[in-house]
Amino acid sequence: MTGGAHEPLALYVHWPFCVSKCPYCDFNSHVRTKVPEDAWLSALLSELESEAALTPGRPLGSIFFGGGTPSLMQPQSVEAIIGRALHLWPAAADIEITLEANPNSVEAARFEGFAKAGVNRVSLGLQALNDADLKALGRQHSAAEGLAALDIAQAHFERVSFDLIYTRERQTEAMWRTELTRALAFGTEHLSLYQLTVEPGTHFAARHARGDLILPDEDPAADMFLMTQEMTAAAGLPAYETSNHARPGAESRHNLTYWRYGDYVGVGPGAHGRRDGVATVRERLPERWLRSMTDKGDALTETRALPRPERAEEAMMMGLRLAEGISSEDFARRTGQPLFDTICEAAAHRLGDAGLIEMSAEHFRLTPRGRPLLDAVLRELMIQRA
Amino acid sequence: MTSASSTPLANIRNFSIIAHIDHGKSTLADRLIQETGGLTAREMSEQLLDNMDIERERGITIKAQTVRLHYTAQDGETYQLNLMDTPGHVDFAYEVSRSLAACEGALLVVDAAQGVEAQTLANVYQSIEHDHEIVPVINKVDLPAADVEKVRQEIEDIVGLPADDAVLTSAKTGLGIADVLEAVVARIPPPKGDADAPLKAMLVDSWYDPYLGVVILVRIVEGTLKKGQQVKFMQTGETHLIDRVGCFTPKRIEMTELNVGEIGFITAQIKEVAQTRVGDTITSAKNGTAAPLPGFKEVQPVVFCGMFPIDAADFEKLRDSLGKLRLNDASFQWEAESSAALGFGFRCGFLGLLHLEIIQERLTREYDLDLITTAPSVVYKVHMTNGELRELHNPADMPDPAHVAHMEEPWIEAVIYVPDDYLGSILKLCQDRRGIQKNLTYVGGRAQITYELPLNEVVFDFYDRLKSISRGYASFDYHQIGYREGDLVKMNILVNAEPVDALSMVVHRSVAESRGRGLCERLKDLIPRHLFKIPIQAAIGGKVIARETISAMRKDVTAKCYGGDISRKKKLLEKQKKGKAKMRQYGNVDIPQEAFIAALRMGEE
Repeated sequence: MTGGAHEPLALYVHWPFCVSKCPYCDFNSHVRTKVPEDAWLSALLSELESEAALTPGRPLGSIFFGGGTPSLMQPQSVEAIIGRALHLWPAAADIEITLEANPNSVEAARFEGFAKAGVNRVSLGLQALNDADLKALGRQHSAAEGLAALDIAQAHFERVSFDLIYTRERQTEAMWRTELTRALAFGTEHLSLYQLTVEPGTHFAARHARGDLILPDEDPAADMFLMTQEMTAAAGLPAYETSNHARPGAESRHNLTYWRYGDYVGVGPGAHGRRDGVATVRERLPERWLRSMTDKGDALTETRALPRPERAEEAMMMGLRLAEGISSEDFARRTGQPLFDTICEAAAHRLGDAGLIEMSAEHFRLTPRGRPLLDAVLRELMIQRA
Repeated sequence: MTSASSTPLANIRNFSIIAHIDHGKSTLADRLIQETGGLTAREMSEQLLDNMDIERERGITIKAQTVRLHYTAQDGETYQLNLMDTPGHVDFAYEVSRSLAACEGALLVVDAAQGVEAQTLANVYQSIEHDHEIVPVINKVDLPAADVEKVRQEIEDIVGLPADDAVLTSAKTGLGIADVLEAVVARIPPPKGDADAPLKAMLVDSWYDPYLGVVILVRIVEGTLKKGQQVKFMQTGETHLIDRVGCFTPKRIEMTELNVGEIGFITAQIKEVAQTRVGDTITSAKNGTAAPLPGFKEVQPVVFCGMFPIDAADFEKLRDSLGKLRLNDASFQWEAESSAALGFGFRCGFLGLLHLEIIQERLTREYDLDLITTAPSVVYKVHMTNGELRELHNPADMPDPAHVAHMEEPWIEAVIYVPDDYLGSILKLCQDRRGIQKNLTYVGGRAQITYELPLNEVVFDFYDRLKSISRGYASFDYHQIGYREGDLVKMNILVNAEPVDALSMVVHRSVAESRGRGLCERLKDLIPRHLFKIPIQAAIGGKVIARETISAMRKDVTAKCYGGDISRKKKLLEKQKKGKAKMRQYGNVDIPQEAFIAALRMGEE
């Protein structure tokens, strides 16, 4: 039984198309030269209708256009989706509407249109600030182009965030320090700083398996992570999540919904949703998703009520990513299961003694020392729940 | 069905084939069978004699087998030729000796291109010790690289046998096969024996057949063995009714009797191979012989190790499988054992390391079991201060040193044949393993080294090292020479201050430190980082002799995790948790199964 019926809902819209596939990316993204955008738009709108029928009256706290590359969409399409969403759900007063964008000149030219369409926050995939690394990451933009796009974004949007990937091949701590110093000087309110991860099924995974891609070892990676925490905190953008940093108050409200295990609706190919304890998944392949939508008006491949322990596990995985940790009251309300029934008590005490977690009756969180060790901590905490 | 009437003793020839792996023993045997009409070409399948997969793959024969051939020679006489395929490894030295004792001669097969190989020598010498007539056969003479004259010279120089009348063959093309048969008839002497004396048959080997029960290979030394006869196995004292008598051609042919000098098989509704002892004397239950054949030995396992199922649920399956294997192999022993690290398993005893590997491999392959095998150890004699004498099969059972007066360990005499080039490194290896050099001679370009060595140094990857140092050229043969006192200690490995029983071992004090350091270093690489620092120590009693530290894990966190990633990350977490649950825990440290296996496979010093 979830008690989230009056909590704001987050809406995720997936646009799966990219101009090219980045070698590190394992997201549901596909390179297509021509996209029948009208058909896509009506299918997305139709999904919105079905989802709204299942979540009537829930206030909408945020919309997030992710991908893929949603900045490849026509601003009119974005506008239509936003318009329909605001029509279907009552919007929260301060609704956050984010769009992910590639920082190249073509897409930057559309920023004004997106802003007019109602987008009030943009997240730019800058990824690196030098051309060699951008090339190595398979990005299509140059460093100069990226910075120009950032300027345009800052001119049009009240809230701007950008992504950087670090612990790249041959990147040293000193190199990262220089780059991050520059990045912090751009004055955005939010930064996503990801350590490069070799995901299965990517080009990088193949190269890594061949021994062709050598990334910094655990120790330098840990050092760079720590340095990142210190530098962002000193710049007034402390980490509020494993890889996300913001001026207090400027956190991504949409993403906070995931991490706080609030409800979210996901539309578009492969989009996941969680509403009232029910997990939804949609057709992953763009063409199949579209065909299902046009043929049957429905592309759901899974609608499954999650058992409480599973919800609890998900809430742990997500909530411990946050600096604020987990509120035991929210946890129990959202998962239907008390926090302390979810974890192995002996492990929790051991981890507490080791200074990796902090817990009280109200709160459960990782300490700054524990945060880079989240996955290992989870294995310990959840071991008896296998 | 009955075979032709009995063959006169003078027309029987019993012989074995000695050959290095790949020098064509099996092909030659197949050719001989084909030439004498034992099987038609259509019935021939490759390498008839080696039945088991593992034998075939390794080119090693584990069980002795025989084939009876009927050959009409140029002198117009028909001969009964019994070809004995003998086990070919030091682990089965006793079985080999019994097989050889059943023969009067041997074919020494040498590859015309490769010449005499070291391994062959040990077998030739065994054959010579049985007073065999040895007929050199130079095989593969059709190869472009064949150098018959050089090989002839090698046979004379290295083996010490005259080779001017060596038979030249190509088992592959069939060249010279008739010459081999003629040489067997002409040069190998017929067996001797009194047909009218009370029955005296040697139990050469035995195996389990699901339809026939235990099949026993016998050589009739004196008298006659008949179907329906009550016989007595002199060592076990059991009597049995013979229900089948026969031979293999290689098809199984049933007969009514086996006569003096012949080799054949019998069955007697025996259910377990353990009831039949290799080397035993079979005589008639009534009016039997009083004197058993010489040379019988009780076979004792010399190498012990623990075998544990990786999946604890397989324990019963392992027990059943061991039971089934023992039906056919009485020489290995087992008893239940439990280890804090590895759970429930069995302590098993083997004739040697190859024997251990074969059993392990059969369990894995034929019975589909995933196993952890602990470090092999030998049987120590522990003299307690109170005068008691204990046999120690498992380092985990080592008594408190305060109560131990002294310990003894088994020693062997090893004979190693090795090409000159590798002599230095082999001598060093033997020295490092506490060896005492007894003899060093040269034959041709090869050295023959005799060393006394403690068996526990040999079971510890000695053979692998020997092979790798000599690039496979060294051969090695050994026999036990009894127990000697040694300064032996039990070395414990502690992970996060907790002893890991599966890794404890009995070692000589002089090598404890280097062995301990090696193990600690290896474990440091094998045990993944944990959330805390992990000390790894090797200790004798309370004294730490080596130490390594695994530093604490510093980073293990998924960089990106949003709403769409939950399901995937959750699966990953489930997988990791399962992996973790499979690991053994010591002092809060998860040790992967591979770590045990890899740690014990100490390649280098």
